[in-house]
This record gives sequence, structure tokens and C-alpha cells, in this order.
Amino acid sequence: MLRFIFRRVLQVIPVFFGSTLIVYYLVFSMSGSPIDALSGGKPISPAVVAQLTAQYHLDQPFFIQYGIFIKNLFTFNLGTSFSGRPIAAIIGQAFPVTARLAIMALAIEAIFGVTAGVFAGLRKGKLFDGTVLIASLVVIAIPTFVLGFVLQFVVGVKLGWAKPTVGSAADWADLTLPAVVLGLVSFAYVLRLTRTSILENMNADYVRTATAKGLSRRRVVMVHILRNSLIPVVTFLGADLGGLMGGAIVTEGIFNVPGVGNTLYRAVLAGEGPMVVSIVSILVLVFVLANLLVDLLYAWLDPRIRYA
Amino acid sequence: MPENTPISSTSSNHRIEHFVADIEQTPLQATDSLNEQAAPLSLWAEAWKNLRRQPLFIISALLILLTLTVAFFPGLFTQTVPTQCDLINSNAGPDGGHPLGFTLQGCDVYARLIHGTQASLAVGVFSTLGVLIIGGTIGAIAGYYGGWLDAVLARLADIFFALPLILGAIVINSLPAVREHRSVWTVVATLVVLGWPQIARITRGAVIEVRNADFVVAAKSLGVSRVKALITHVIPNSLSPVIVIATVSLGVFIVAEATLSFLGIGLPGTVMSWGNDIAAAQTSLRNNPSTLLWPAVALSITVLSFIMLGDAVRDALDPKARKR
Repeated sequence: MLRFIFRRVLQVIPVFFGSTLIVYYLVFSMSGSPIDALSGGKPISPAVVAQLTAQYHLDQPFFIQYGIFIKNLFTFNLGTSFSGRPIAAIIGQAFPVTARLAIMALAIEAIFGVTAGVFAGLRKGKLFDGTVLIASLVVIAIPTFVLGFVLQFVVGVKLGWAKPTVGSAADWADLTLPAVVLGLVSFAYVLRLTRTSILENMNADYVRTATAKGLSRRRVVMVHILRNSLIPVVTFLGADLGGLMGGAIVTEGIFNVPGVGNTLYRAVLAGEGPMVVSIVSILVLVFVLANLLVDLLYAWLDPRIRYA
Repeated sequence: MPENTPISSTSSNHRIEHFVADIEQTPLQATDSLNEQAAPLSLWAEAWKNLRRQPLFIISALLILLTLTVAFFPGLFTQTVPTQCDLINSNAGPDGGHPLGFTLQGCDVYARLIHGTQASLAVGVFSTLGVLIIGGTIGAIAGYYGGWLDAVLARLADIFFALPLILGAIVINSLPAVREHRSVWTVVATLVVLGWPQIARITRGAVIEVRNADFVVAAKSLGVSRVKALITHVIPNSLSPVIVIATVSLGVFIVAEATLSFLGIGLPGTVMSWGNDIAAAQTSLRNNPSTLLWPAVALSITVLSFIMLGDAVRDALDPKARKR
């Protein structure tokens, strides 16, 4: 197990540097001069140009610039945004909101998805199973932003059960509706994955053995079938964090949530290179670490992976 | 022959009674009726035979056929010019010749829906072809040759996999070089660059499963070169999981185009697409929800039919799943 953990942790390093290098290259080498973006293409005095060049190390070769950026990223010394606020402070304020949103969405899809998937799998071919399968397909086929608009309109405006826009406080209760929207598509995937997995395991020999030795149905389902069926679901949840971060940009935009996605989107539109690169790099780091965690969990759940 | 008649043996002095089931009651007769001369069906022929009987496949295939027809011949479905908009009709309800009403700008919703099919479908189809070619090639090479090549290609795939689709697409599409030349092709290129690792992973897994199969070893021992064995024996036999994922990805790419267009960095506003129409309709959601509803419904039905097609094809190609 230790050897597996060691090898898997080592793999994170090239992935993190590779993907941040791509983003850094795209944003800084293909976007033209950041000074032009800052000044809006208008002529500015040579003194300011010189000061900005020194501040952002624009006179250094590309790889040195990237190295400085990585060093700054890990010391949270990210410079200031165009409006003059420290980027670290902006991210520090927005990140907890998005983390709250993503945790709620993950919890919703995991709890409801697995529960519904287990019931559908155990009652294969019954009315509940059929209804849930069709409903999940429909949910998958509708883009997140359409779901967002419709739920915002119906639940927020027409019925008035939730706030249609979140605003600056963004506490747990306010974020419920956006989290439902964010988690809904993945909920459908989790449900279908759990159901298939349950069906695969239900007729396995070890389940028959467990039943034959007199264990209660409840214990057979909860311990023997469920634990073995959860392996692919856990993998999906880890990989889905990337989807949630993309979805967060849309969901936060619709519900006016002051999170990372919203900040990133505005920075992208404004051409704020340093902000975009910092946020994307942090998100990539979160995604890579989450996948690492999932792989370790996977190895713990399934000994076959450890020794492969 | 009467049922269960004991077959008597008269060859010896004792009468030996064999209680044997009548031939019509045994499964043997099915075995006997098999035509041994006929060549066995290939995996694909078997799958096709199975597919034709599935209602799920028939429905999704018909829907996809309809979508393709609309995309290629929009003139068959509407005579209204979708770009001829009149503000007098702003947000007007349905009337004769305009079955779905008008948008905020006074454009015919139905005509835009029909003419928007092409762009949305093109993004889905070409992105899927792109990830199949790039991801398929890289995955097949990595899985087949193994060793350091596999290690390098797998890390490369991991690096691109670490950039989530929408997140990466926002960064790429907002680059000035891309933003100023936005078209169907820039969206396709973005989705391919970010989407290939998934197909590469699936192909690699499938190729690894097949590469040491007996028929590949046999082909090689008969003098077939390694490259030819890969192309004629390994790849055709590892296609089925790849096709299933590719079908579902097609739907995902259509949704991604709509999402990017909604964020204002997908297709340019001059291109008619469902994503652009939904994005434009968001401002009038509260007083004229139908302008958002219809393009969303068209998009969802198309995506749904590709997902159902993927499900049906998977069931047909996987004999283990078929039994359940």
C-alpha cells in the first residue's frame, strides 16, 4: 500500500506542472502584452511601462516567469488585480463560497444519487426503476444553465421558496438552490452508475454466500453489495469535481453567487491574465488532489488495485 | 412417436428399458437444427441483428435521422427566413405560419430553431470525430506498444485531463487570437484539445485487453507486421467501448457548445445555433419563456437521442449486459 501511495503521489507532480504550464503559456504568451490589456490599448508613459515590466517580470524569459509564478502561487503572493486589490485576498474571499457550493452539490448528488440508485437496482424493472431511469436521462440531456434558469424562475420567482439571487452573504441556506442545480446533472450519472453497479454485484457469488450463511437482507445489501458497488461511483465523484468547477462558473453566474467561478469569468472577460492564471491553477490543484484522494480511497476499497 | 415410450432393445435376451425423453422435448433439437455450414456472425453482425429489435435503438435512430435531415435540408421544414426579424413582432405569440411565436427581437422562433440545428450538430459531430482520431490514435499507440511510450503518452493525457472541459474552454476561447476568429471550427478545436484524453484512456484500456489475445499472436506468428496487426486485428476488436463513449460524448459536446455560447465565448452571434438562441432568450425568460423553452427542448431531445443510442449500442455489443 505504501508503495502504491508513493507512486501515485509522484504522478501528481508532472500533471500539476504540465497543466499549469499550459494555462500560463496560453494566457501570457498568446494574449499579447498584459500591459496593453491593463491600459486598454491606450498609450501610457514609459515610466509606468517600465514599472509594470519590472513588477510582473515581463523582461525575463518565459520559463523564469513561470517559475516565479509557481513560487508566488505557493507563497500566496499573487500580486494585485487591475482594480488594485491583492489577488490572494479576492480568492480568499471567493473560495470558501465556492467550496461550500461544491460540497453541498457533491453531498446532494452522492446521498440522493446513491440512495435512488440502490432502490432502483434492487427493484429492477419495477415502476420506480423505470421512472427514475427515464427522469435521469432527461436531466442529463438538459444543459445546466437551462436547468438553472428554469429552477430560478419556478422555485425562486413563481413559488418564492428560495432566493432567486444569492448576493454577498452566501450562507448555506441561500446556496441550496444553486447547489441543487449544480448537482442535478451529476446526480443523474451517480444514480445510473450505482444502479448498474448494484445489478452487476447482486448475482455475485459472495452475495449468494452471504445470504446462504443467514445474514439479514439488510446486512447483505448495506455491507456486501453496497461496498462493492460504490467503487466506480467514488471514482466518478472525484472526476466530477472538475465538472462541478466548470458548472460553478455557469451556476454562480445565474444565481449571482460571489464565488470563484464568477470571479474567474469576470477576470477572463476583462483579460486579467494574472487573476485568471492564479484561479485556474488553484482549481487544477484542487482537482488533481481530489483525484489523488479518490485513487487512494479506491485502493483502500479494492485491494486488487493496490497490488496491480 | 408416443410420449416417453421406453425404447426397447431387442439385440440381447434381456429387455433393457431406457427411459429417454422424446427428442422433441429436449434442447438437443435446437442444437441439431443449427446449420453447421453457415459462417458464424461477427460481433458487429450479431450486434446489428440485436439492435434492430430494440425499441430504444429504433426511436433514437429515427430522432437522429430527423435531426440530420433538418440540419442538411432546413428548407424542407420552413420557408421563413430566420434572419428577417421585425420588432413589431417582439415577443409575439404564435400565429399563422409562425407556430412557436417570436423572440424579443421579433425573429421567428421556429425558423431559428430549424436553421440553428446545423451549427449545433456540426460542433457535436466534428468534435467527436476529432477526439476519436486524436484520442483513438494516441490511446491505441500507448496501449499497443506499452513501455516508455505508454508512460509518456499517459502522462500527457493526464495533464490535459486535469483541465476541466468548460474551465479550459473558457481560457482558450477568450484568448484574443481565438476570440477574434470565432467560428464552428474554433469551438470544435477547443473541445477536441480538451476532450481527447477521455477517448485515449478508454482506447488504451481496450487495446491492452486485446493486444495479447490468441488471434493477434496467431496473426503475428503468420508473419503479419506489428503495425498491420494493430490496424487489422487489434483496433477493430477494441472499438466497441470506444464507440459507446463517443456516442455519449457527442451529446456532451453539443451541451458544451451551448454552454460556451451562453457565456458569450462560443459561437459568434452571427451563427445561428441553439446555444446562441437560449443565451439570447435569457433576458425574456420572465415574460416569454417559450423563446428559451423551444431551443432548449430541441437541444435536449437531440442529446437524449445520442445518449439512448449509446445505451442501445452498449447493450448490443456487450453480451454480458444483454442477458440481464
